[in-house]
Order: sequence, then C-alpha cells, then structure tokens
Amino acid sequence: MDPSSCSPITPTVTQRDQWMVESQVFEIYQLFSSIPQSAQSLMLELQRDNHISYLTKSLSYLPPSFSVLDANRPWLCYWIIHSIALLGESLHYHIQHNAIHFLNRCQDPNGGYAGGPGQMPHLATTYAAVNALITLGGQKAFASINRDKLYGFLRRMKQPNGGFRMHDEGEIDVRACYTAISVASVLNILDDELIQNVGDYILSCQTYEGGIAGEPGAEAHGGYTFCGLAAMVLIGEVNRLDLPRLVDWVVFRQGKECGFQGRTNKLVDGCYSFWQGGAVALLQRLYSVVEEQMAEASQVSSKPDVSEEQKSPYGTSGDATCHFTHGGTDKPGLADFKNSGYNFINEWRERDPLFHSIALQQYILLCSQEQEGGLRDKPGKRRDHYHTCYCLSGLSLCQYSWSKNPDSPPLPKVVLGPYSNLLEPIHPLYNIVLERYHEAHEFFFVES
Amino acid sequence: MSSDEGEEERVPLRARPEWSDVTPVPQDDGPDPVVPIKYTEEFAEVMSYFRAIYLSDERSPRALTLTAEAIHFNAGNYTVWHFRRLLLESLKVDLHTELDFVERMAIANSKNYQIWHHRRWVAEKLGPKARNDELDFTKKILSIDAKHYHAWSHRQWVLQALGGWEDELSYCSELLEADVFNNSAWNQRYFVVTRSPFLGGLEATRESEVLYTVQAIIACPENESSWRYLRGLYKGDTTSWVNDPQVSAVCLKILNSKSNYLFALSTLLDLLCSGFQPNQEFRDAVEALKTSDLDKEDQDIARDICSILEHVDPIRANYWIWRKSLLPQTA
Repeated sequence: MDPSSCSPITPTVTQRDQWMVESQVFEIYQLFSSIPQSAQSLMLELQRDNHISYLTKSLSYLPPSFSVLDANRPWLCYWIIHSIALLGESLHYHIQHNAIHFLNRCQDPNGGYAGGPGQMPHLATTYAAVNALITLGGQKAFASINRDKLYGFLRRMKQPNGGFRMHDEGEIDVRACYTAISVASVLNILDDELIQNVGDYILSCQTYEGGIAGEPGAEAHGGYTFCGLAAMVLIGEVNRLDLPRLVDWVVFRQGKECGFQGRTNKLVDGCYSFWQGGAVALLQRLYSVVEEQMAEASQVSSKPDVSEEQKSPYGTSGDATCHFTHGGTDKPGLADFKNSGYNFINEWRERDPLFHSIALQQYILLCSQEQEGGLRDKPGKRRDHYHTCYCLSGLSLCQYSWSKNPDSPPLPKVVLGPYSNLLEPIHPLYNIVLERYHEAHEFFFVES
Repeated sequence: MSSDEGEEERVPLRARPEWSDVTPVPQDDGPDPVVPIKYTEEFAEVMSYFRAIYLSDERSPRALTLTAEAIHFNAGNYTVWHFRRLLLESLKVDLHTELDFVERMAIANSKNYQIWHHRRWVAEKLGPKARNDELDFTKKILSIDAKHYHAWSHRQWVLQALGGWEDELSYCSELLEADVFNNSAWNQRYFVVTRSPFLGGLEATRESEVLYTVQAIIACPENESSWRYLRGLYKGDTTSWVNDPQVSAVCLKILNSKSNYLFALSTLLDLLCSGFQPNQEFRDAVEALKTSDLDKEDQDIARDICSILEHVDPIRANYWIWRKSLLPQTA
C-alpha cells in the first residue's frame, strides 16, 4: 500500500522499457551529431522513391501474412493512397480506376463500406473508403459514393446516448463518433439528427488528465483525443471541452525522444506524430477559445462570487456556439456545423505551434524512417502501412505548423532536412491532402 | 460442444463429408482489385464456406464450428464474430464454453477490438454470475501487460455492469506498488474513487487519496501520473485545490529539493493562474532555481516560472512561452 517503496535501485517495468527505448533513440541521435554535416543531411533525407515503391507495390500485391487485415482493406487503400498523395505523387489512371471499382465492391447496398467485399458495413472502413475516394479524386470517385444510403447507415449506427456503434450490434466509442461525423461532414450530409448528443458523449470521455478516452472512465489516449477533439470542432461544440487541460495533457506527450507517446508514461510511437501532433495542430487554431477558457478559469477562482451572467459564453456547458466557426457572418448562437470543416482552414491564422516541430521531424526522419522505404513505430519495429501513413501525416503537419495559410509554402528553416522533404499539406480535421479536399468540397457543397 | 478446431492434421472442408452439400462462395474482388491479399489455400477455402453459410443464414452447429475456424485465421473479421453471436443465440449454446474460446483467442491476439466486444457480449448475457470469471480473466491479461487498454475497458465495464468493486482499490494499490509509473493503474484508481458505490465519491475519499498521492509524488517526483492524479482529485473544485495546503506544500517540498521539479513548477504555475497567493517561501524556492541569465526577469513569480520551464523543459519551450504570454502584465 506504500507507494514510496518505489526504489531507484530496482527499476519498474515502465522505467526499464522507457530506458531501453531511450538508449536506442539516443544512440541514433548521438551517431547523427557525430557525423559531418553532409552526412547529416543525407540521414535527414526523406527516402521518397523508396517510400513510393514500397507503397505502390502493396497496392498490387500483399503476401499471405496480410490475411489478418482481410477485414481492413479500405484502410489499406487509405493508408497507401493517402501516403502517396502526401508524397505528391499521382497514381496511374488504371490503378485509380481499379481502386474506385474495388472500393465500390466494399460498398454495402444499404449504405456504408465494409472491410472487404461481402462483409458488413463498418464505420471505420467507411471513413477509410471515403477518405481514399476523395484522395483519388475526380467525378467518378465522388459519384461512386451513395450518400443517401450512407446517411441511412450513419443513422442506424446512432445511439440514444449520442455515440455511434462501429457496426450493427458493434462497439460504441469515440472512434465511432469521429469516423461518423467526419464522413458526414466531408460529404455534406451532416445534420441535427446525427449531431444530437454527440457532444455529451465525447465530453463524458474527457478524463481528469485532460486527454480523451475511448469510453467514459477509460484512460486518456492520443488516438481518441484526436478523434474526440476533431469531432467536437466539426459539430461546433469544441468550447465545451476543458481545453486548457487538454492542451496541457497533449503537449506533455512529447518526450525527450522527440516523438509523441500515446498515453502518460507509455513509450514513444511514430503514429502519434499525427494523433497527438494533429490534436496540437487543431488546438493551435483554437487559441481564442482556449484563451477565453483560461481567462474565465482565473476569474472564477480569484473572484469566487462571480455570477453566471458575467462569465464568458465559451466555457459554459450546453452552449453550442463556437467562436471561430461563425466567421463573423452567421447569426450568433447558431452553430454553422455544416461548414465547420471548411471554415476551420479558411480562418487559418499565423500562430506559433505549441509543440516542438523540429524535434518531432527529427524523430520521424531518424527513428521512424526505414531507408529501404516505409515508416515505423520506433527503432527495432518493422515498417507497415499504418505507420507510414501516420508518420507522414505528422511530418506534413510539422512542416506547415508555422504557415500563415494552411497551404502557403513554409520557410526552409522550419522544414528539417533538405527542402525536398516537403510534403503536401493536409486538412487536419479529416487527414486528407488539402488540394484533394478542396476538389471534393467543390463537388459535394457547390455543385450539389 | 466443440467450438474450436485443433491445429493438427487439418482436413480441408471440401474433403469433409459434413460439408459436401455446401457450394463455397468465392470472394468477389472483381477483375483487377487493389490491395489484393495472396490468401493461403486454407484461408480462402474457409472464407468461401463461411460466405456460403452467411448468405444462406444457416444457423447450425457446423456453422458455429466454421466461424471458429474463420476467427482462427483472422480474429479481426467482425462479420464472422457478428454471425457467431447470432448462432450462439439461435443454438442456445452454453456461454461458459464460449468464454473459454474467447480466452484462447485473447491470449494469442489480445489487441483486437472484436475479441473484447464479443467477450463483453457473452459476459452481459451471463450476467452477475460471470463477474468473477471476468475479473480473473482481465487480471490474467493485465499480469502480462499491465497497461492493456482493452483489458482495462472490459474490467471497468464488468465493475459497472456486474459489480465486484470491493477489492478494486487494493488491486490498484497492488499494481502501483509494483510500478508506480503505471498510468493505467492510476486511471483505474480514479475510476474506483469516483464511481465505486462503496467509497462515497471524490470528496469522501479525497483526504486519504491526497495523502497516498503526496507520498507517491515525494518518492518519485518525476512521475507525471501521480501529479495528474493529484490534480484530478480536485476536479470541478478549483477552489479546494488552490486552498488545500497539502497541494502547495508538496510543490514547495519538491522545489526545495532542486531536482525533478518540472511537475512541481508547472503545478505551481497552474495554482498561481487560479488565484493562489504565494508567500515568501514560494518566491525564494523559485528564485533559487533561476539561472544567472534569467536574473533580469520580472519580479513576477509566475513569469519567472515560465522562464525557468522554458529553459529546463526545452521540448515544450513554445508552450511555456505561450503560457507566459497569457499572464497579466506586471505593473
């Protein structure tokens, strides 16, 4: 019962695991600092050709060991196609065509996309398929999505408590909220019925630590924190979260290894470059709301008798207005959730990032990158498509983290390594390459 | 009944007489699929038979056996799990045997949403009599990986749906004694003190919990988990947090030790931002941490803290600069 028995002589499992990773990572950084500058820039180079070759090969062949991902094939499509788009490459016409046709075979006649042909529709693979199709781009890809049926599927997954089920009789969690809200938002089928009580559910998952958990009561976690935060922005209720505590939790997830960990006292992992880095990138665009909440917190405690009326509207729960989604044009009090994804990037302002962007790029390039192509969790682990996608997405966020506009080219000093490392910018709420997002927005919002 | 197939001497389905009446349905990948998987012959065959019985909605014992084979090949196939649940219901199978099946699957492949969702479904059907099995089962998984996210979620669901809160606080203590850096155990502790029907909530447990946590902080001041937990004990009650001398005292104690004071400093900054009035002791403790190049800084303690943090915690330098920019300008 005595916690003070933690003796420095016998390290705990957490300490032992942490020190092992630290020594591996620092060995790489030490080697890096000991070599001449020309060798350093070689080490920092993004191995574009090798990544492209690793990715494109996988589009046309996956060995038997991938059978364990047989119910995640739209995910494989998204991880690969999005990574290729981040690298600024386009796919051959016939591969695009094949991808659209294949994803259409995963589309359920009653709406939504399954993990493979003939399987049940699932929210996560629906998100992956929609994001992959938007990334492929073009009328044929967009028109292949049956939005009416998809809306029906989302409504069938909707739960009275505000959450969503992943599939018929499936699990309810924050991932399901994000994937449902994200596809509805990007396809312009988001409405009051889908949004109903989502904010309550996500709010109930913010923990005492400040981050967001998968379910109420569970531990704050990077993946769920991104999902919860992004979903709250998309429905225009982000001000209901305790943002100062969320910022504090997420900035503390970046460690001396320079990368992000997923949870307090867990090991660094390259994929959190996007999940945690993405959450910080979103928060960087929410300063005004965060600062309102902070000002309010200091007022409340220094003047405990302050009346409800004197409080700022941003922190009071139940108030669904959100400062930045209004753009100063909408009627006050009416959350413009239909355009929240679009407005979010349009009101992009130059603000400094809250995380260490150069350090994160260093971790991604030196520790997560495999020279032969593909990216990974950490040194000693093997590359995979999931980590390739989220390490590259995180790298892109870092490179544009100081930009005035979401797509204005960054200064060379903020891009670690040669400037040719520069990736395409993404829309941080959906994790779709920005240019592809704009094309889809045109199709789903303007033309329809 | 046997819902699982052994690994030895696997007979292909097409060679089994009991399947002779079924025509397998191959996967419809289209002429030129992307991300095609080079399935083994066995995998492709099992899935083709599965598609046949799934499409004809055959609720039979052989269908149940087949789902186990399919899950063996790919435990992530949620469609197979879903169909298996329909079969378990239709065939009125004894669900205790199903727990054994899930346990075998979970030990081999525990980081999988489907297994845990299925386990929850089975336990829910069994009701309170499943409680001890479920608590033991999660304990077994947590003894291998004490931070297993799905295992903790399942355990929390068991406590809420089936009960068993009585020993949970001591289980948390046991895990924290083994590894005080186990944030999942701290999170579970928070779950217990806020939700156990026997403990009376945060306010009733605060005194003993603060004592416990302060001890943990003093033993390992570099442990972020215990600091966050301490703050959590005052969630929704900032006034008590700011005014409880135990909180500021532990900050002061760590600051005066002059080592591993990052969380003590950041906690003190938060306290100051919430209206805490520091006495001379706090000012002196912070002053003593300033390096010579910070000497010309303002007289404001909160600004000094931000400057120190900017130096000693360079990975978060931007964060501390931002925090400093939000402080009221000193006159």
